[in-house]
Amino acid sequence: MRGDRSGNAMATTHTKSLARAMMAPAVIVLLIWMIVPLAMTLYFSTLNYTLYNPFSTPFVGFENYSYFLTDPTFLAALANTLVLVLGVLAITVGGGILIALLLDQDFYGVNIVRLLVIAPFFVMPTVAALVWKNMMMNPVYGVIGQLLQAVGLAPIDWMTEVPLLSIVIIVAWQWLPFATLILLTALQSLSMDQKEAAEMDGAKALSIFWYITLPHMSRAITVVILIQTIFLLSIYAEILVTTQGGPGSQSTNITYLVAQQATSYGDIGAASAGGIVAVILANIVAIFLVRLIGKNLDA
Amino acid sequence: MARNVSTGRKIGTTALAWFVGLVIFFPILWTFLTSFKTELQAISIPPVFVGFDWTLENYQTIQTQSNYFHFMANSIYLSLGSTALGLIVAVPAAWAMAFSPTKRTKDILLWMLSTKMLPAVGVLIPVYLMFIKFGLLDSRLGLIVVLFLINLPIIVWMLYTYFKEIPGEILEAARMDGASLRKEITQVLAPMAVPGIASTVLLNVILSWNEAFWTLNLTTSNAAPLTAFIASFSSPQGNFYAKLSAASMLAIAPILIVGWFSQKQLVRGLTFGAVK
Amino acid sequence: MGQIHLEKVRKTFGDVVIIPDLDLQIEDGEFVVFVGPSGCGKSTLLRLIAGLEDVTGGKIVIDGKDATTLPPAKRGLAMVFQSYALYPHMSVRKNIAFPLKMAGMDKAEIDRRVDYAAKTLNLDNYIDRRPGQLSGGQRQRVAIGRAIVREPKAFLFDEPLSNLDAALRVGMRLEISELHQRLKTTMVYVTHDQVEAMTMADKIVVLRAGNIEQVGSPLELYTAPRNTFVAGFIGSPKMNLLGGAEAAKYQAATMGVRPEHIRLSTTDGAWKGTVKVSEHLGSDTFLHVESPVHDEPLTVRAGGEFPVHAGDVVYLTPQEDKIHRFDDKGLAIKGNGRATG
Repeated sequence: MRGDRSGNAMATTHTKSLARAMMAPAVIVLLIWMIVPLAMTLYFSTLNYTLYNPFSTPFVGFENYSYFLTDPTFLAALANTLVLVLGVLAITVGGGILIALLLDQDFYGVNIVRLLVIAPFFVMPTVAALVWKNMMMNPVYGVIGQLLQAVGLAPIDWMTEVPLLSIVIIVAWQWLPFATLILLTALQSLSMDQKEAAEMDGAKALSIFWYITLPHMSRAITVVILIQTIFLLSIYAEILVTTQGGPGSQSTNITYLVAQQATSYGDIGAASAGGIVAVILANIVAIFLVRLIGKNLDA
Repeated sequence: MARNVSTGRKIGTTALAWFVGLVIFFPILWTFLTSFKTELQAISIPPVFVGFDWTLENYQTIQTQSNYFHFMANSIYLSLGSTALGLIVAVPAAWAMAFSPTKRTKDILLWMLSTKMLPAVGVLIPVYLMFIKFGLLDSRLGLIVVLFLINLPIIVWMLYTYFKEIPGEILEAARMDGASLRKEITQVLAPMAVPGIASTVLLNVILSWNEAFWTLNLTTSNAAPLTAFIASFSSPQGNFYAKLSAASMLAIAPILIVGWFSQKQLVRGLTFGAVK
Repeated sequence: MGQIHLEKVRKTFGDVVIIPDLDLQIEDGEFVVFVGPSGCGKSTLLRLIAGLEDVTGGKIVIDGKDATTLPPAKRGLAMVFQSYALYPHMSVRKNIAFPLKMAGMDKAEIDRRVDYAAKTLNLDNYIDRRPGQLSGGQRQRVAIGRAIVREPKAFLFDEPLSNLDAALRVGMRLEISELHQRLKTTMVYVTHDQVEAMTMADKIVVLRAGNIEQVGSPLELYTAPRNTFVAGFIGSPKMNLLGGAEAAKYQAATMGVRPEHIRLSTTDGAWKGTVKVSEHLGSDTFLHVESPVHDEPLTVRAGGEFPVHAGDVVYLTPQEDKIHRFDDKGLAIKGNGRATG
C-alpha cells in the first residue's frame, strides 16, 4: 500500500500535474512548429540567399524588404489580395445571409437542398478551379459562354480578360456554403418567441429582419468574416491551376508571389521577406479573431 | 420555420430554394454528367444534358493510364495518418484542458488557435529547405507531420468543446466509485466522447484530404495526393473534359459523402466553437 | 461504522478563503445536514470529505483513521450528485454495478447486490434501460442504488433533490429518510432548503461564509437559534426580527418572534397594523401586516381561516414566552427578558 499512498497523495494536486504532462506534447510540437521556421524565415529574410548560389549568403539587412516592398509586383499583389479577400467576403456574406434566410423557410425537400448548397465546400481547391476554368468559364465550350451566346451576347474569355474576377468567383463558390451553413446555424438558434414578440409589437417582416434577425446574426457574421479572411489571405491552389498569377501579375496575390519567388526564381531571401510581410498582414486580422473567440470562451 | 404557411407560398419558396440549390450545385452536377460522356459529347455545342450515350470509358482510362490509385492511396494515407497522429496528441491535451483547467488554459487554447492563423508562406521556405535536408521532400511521412501540425489546433479545439459538455460530476462519480484514471478515461469518458471524437475525425479527414498548399509544394510524384494529381490536368493536351470530370469525381466523391454526413459538426469545428 | 471527524479543516483558493479552520464531529449512524445560503461553502465542505478537493490545512479522520490524503475511492464513502451523474452509455444495471466492478467483485455477488438494490428501490422494471429513458425521480433512485450497493461507511448527498419538481421532492425526501432508518448508515446531506434540513436531519449544521453558525437538532435550532442569522434562516415563514424601540423594551438590540407565535385580533393587541397581503390556504392564514413598529411588513400565521383582507386593521400580540432576544452582535441573549414598556 505504500506505493499506492504516494502515488495518490493529494489526489487533485496529482491530477493537476498529470494534466500538465498530458498537455505538454501538443504545446511543445506547436511551439516548435511556430517558432523554428518563423525564426529561420526571419533570418533568411536578411540574407542574400538564392538557390543558385546557396553557399554564399551574405547578410544584407533590410535590402530584401526594400526590394520586395518596392517591387511593383508586390504592390499589385497586395492590391489583388485585398480585392480577392473583399470581393469573396462581399459575395459570400451577402449571398450567405440571403440563402440562409431562404433555407430557414419551410419548403419541400429542405434537407436535399441543404446538401446541394453545402456541397461545393467539400470540393478540393484544385478540382474546383479546374472545373470552373474549363467546363464553366471556357469561352468556347464552357457552360457560361454557351449560355451567353444563347441569349445573343459575346462570350467572355474569363481567364485572360478578367482573371482576378474569375478567381473571385471560383473562391466565392467554394466559400459560399461555409458562410451559409454558419449563418443558418445562427439563424436557427433565434427563438421563435422573440420573433413572435416583435410581431405582437406590430413589427413587419422587414423590420423584424433589421431589428431582430440581423443583430442576432451579427456575431456569426463577424466569425465568418474573420475566419474566411484567414483562409482567403492564403489562396494558392486556385491561382496555380487557373491563371498562374497572370496575365502578367493581374491575378497574383501575396501568397502566390512569395511561393513563386522561392520555387520559380529561387530567391530565398526575397521570398522570406515576403513571407514575413504576409505574417504581419495575417496577424492584424488574427488579433481581432482571437479576441472575439476569447470573449466567448469560459475556460 | 415552425408555423403553418399557405400552400401557395410554400410552393413558391420550394421553387426558389431548389433553383438556388441547383445553381450552386450545378458545377458538380455538370462534372458528374460529363464524366459519363465521350470526349466529343463533352464539348458538343449546344451541350447535351442527359440525352447522351452513358459510358464508363473515362473512368477506365483514368484508372489504367494515370495510376489513379497511387494518388488515391496517398490521399488516404495522408488524411488518416495525420488524423491518427492528431488524435494521439490532442485527446490527452483536450482532456486536461477540459477537466483540469488552470488559469492559463484559456491562453494556451487561444495561442494554439493563433498558430493556425500563421500564413503558410511565412514558414514555407524553412520547411521546404529542411525537407530537402532531411530527405523528406515528396515523402508521405513528411507530409503527414505537416498536415498533423496545421490541423492540430482545430483537433484540440473541437475535442475541447466536446469534452467540456461532459459534466465533470460524472467523472467525479467514477472517481468516487473507485475507477482508476485509466478506467475513468477508457470506461467512462471515452464512450461518452465517441460522437465528438468521430466528428473531429471526419472534419480533420476532410481538411487534410482537400489541403492544397503544402501538398502541392512539398510533393512531386511519390507522395502526391489527389490534389496534386488533379493539378496535373491544368495544362492538358487535346480533348480531355470527360477525363478531367471522371478524375474530379473520383477525387471529390468520397469526401463529399463524408462531408454530407458531418455538416452539423463542421460548423462547430470550423468556428472553433464560436458558433454551435 | 461511519464516524467522520473534521479537525481544523481549511480550504482556500488562492487568496480566497472558502472555509476557515473548521471543526466538526459526525457520529456513526447520524443523518447530518449541511444547510446554508448558496456560496456558504457547504458543497465544498462535502467535496473535501469526499476527497474530490484537497484540504489546504487540517485533518479529516474517518473511523479513527486519517483520511486527509486518501483518494476518493479509498475513503469508503459513496456520493449522490446533484445532477445524478449517471453514466449515460450504461444501462441501469451497469450503472449500479460499476463501483462493484471497479472493486473487482465477482460477477455472481455483483448480480446479487444489484438485484437486491433494484428491488428495494423499485427499479426492477427499468433495469435494462439507459438513464436517458428515465424520469428525474427514477434517475435519482439509480444514483442512490449505485451508492448503496457499495455498502459504504457513509453516504454523501449533494443537493440531490434540487432538480426534481416539488411533488417528487417530497416523495424522495421520505424515501431517503426511510432508507436511513433501514440502513442506519451515516448520511451527510447538503441542501439550501431549510425544510429539507428540518424534516430529515438528526443534526443540522448551519453554515455561512464557510463558518459554522450553529450545530444542533432541528428543534434546538428552532427553539434556541444562537444568532440572528440562524433565527432568520431556520423556520418558514421567516422569523420577524425587529430592532429599535420594540427590542429595547426587551433589553435587546434585536428581538425576534416567529409568525406562528403572534396572536391575532381584530379588536385589541400590542401592535396595531394594516393588512397588506393576505394568503388564505384553508389550513393556515398568512398575513403580511404593515405596522409602525417595524419598517418592513410583519409576517403572521394564524391556524385555520382568519377572515381579514388587504386594508383591514388588525392587532398583533407577540407571545411573551416565545420571544428571542439578540445583542448588538446578533448573538442570542439567554432568558426571556420581560417587557418593560
